[in-house]
Amino acid sequence: MTWTLVLLLAAAAYSFKVLGLIVIGRRQLPSTLERCLALIPAALIAALIVNDTFADGKDLVLDARAAGVAVAAVAAWRRAPLIVVIVLGAAVTATVRQLG
Amino acid sequence: MRPRLRSLRTQISAPEMRPILGASLTIGVAAGVFAIAFGVGAVAAGGTVLQACVMSLLVFTGASQFSAVSIVDSGGSTASALGSAMLLAARNGVYGLTMARHLDGSLGRRLVAAQLTIDETTAMATAQDAPDARRAAFWITGCAIFVCWNLGTLIGALAGEAIDPETYGLDAAFPAGFVAMLAPHLRSRTGRAVAIVGALICLATVPFAPIGVPILCAATAVLIGLRPP
Repeated sequence: MTWTLVLLLAAAAYSFKVLGLIVIGRRQLPSTLERCLALIPAALIAALIVNDTFADGKDLVLDARAAGVAVAAVAAWRRAPLIVVIVLGAAVTATVRQLG
Repeated sequence: MRPRLRSLRTQISAPEMRPILGASLTIGVAAGVFAIAFGVGAVAAGGTVLQACVMSLLVFTGASQFSAVSIVDSGGSTASALGSAMLLAARNGVYGLTMARHLDGSLGRRLVAAQLTIDETTAMATAQDAPDARRAAFWITGCAIFVCWNLGTLIGALAGEAIDPETYGLDAAFPAGFVAMLAPHLRSRTGRAVAIVGALICLATVPFAPIGVPILCAATAVLIGLRPP
């Protein structure tokens, strides 16, 4: 991790917040643009999940993480609190890794 | 400032504020636990305790911080980590558009409010019916999360220096957290379609693209939103 990453991300993140809340403020954006922006988290978070679960560098693998994330997904689907989802995911992964 | 402060205090002690206070504290504590996971992960990805803490203070938006650290941890470049974290941070701009209708006051006050404009504060504020309650919910939730998020990061980063993340399955804590963050986006049909296409694009590009870049490629799935609902 580099300071360049930390500081550039800090500047970018704050700029987006100010852009929306103060610069654009109450003006209307084109509805198509607003719809696409609102969909960004769905696309990126889904990609991050499969990347963190199945990727090992540039290889796709099936290991203990998949079991942990599967249990976490069931917990999230059953509307378990965030803490429970994370702890279950980590605990199942650690257990399967110990057994394997 | 004084009358303003007093009016905020009167507002907070009003009976109808109790559910907001309770919910804010719960969200704050949950954010704190999440931040502990972030601190551990940031140190595991080769960051220092100071870098983790500065990131939480200045960036202050969970999904972006997690994604930056997780891409660095899996060996991605600074550019790809920055790219996807910035795309995720862009949604706070959209929350800003929503909150601009509810927040007022001096420019200085709104510049502070901007830093607190994130998923949780927007969700809590827009869940209230009265304008006063919306403002109070925004500020109370924002302050609770800001304090807990930064304390949690410090605790996690210090702990992360002492333990091996893989032994405790902490490498799965990130995707597990992402699963919980994704859930609300799956309620709409378009959200589900975008998530599935995004995941497939990522899987298809992992073997070929540089590490971290598949996450950026997945962003093209939002083009599904071009079609009117």
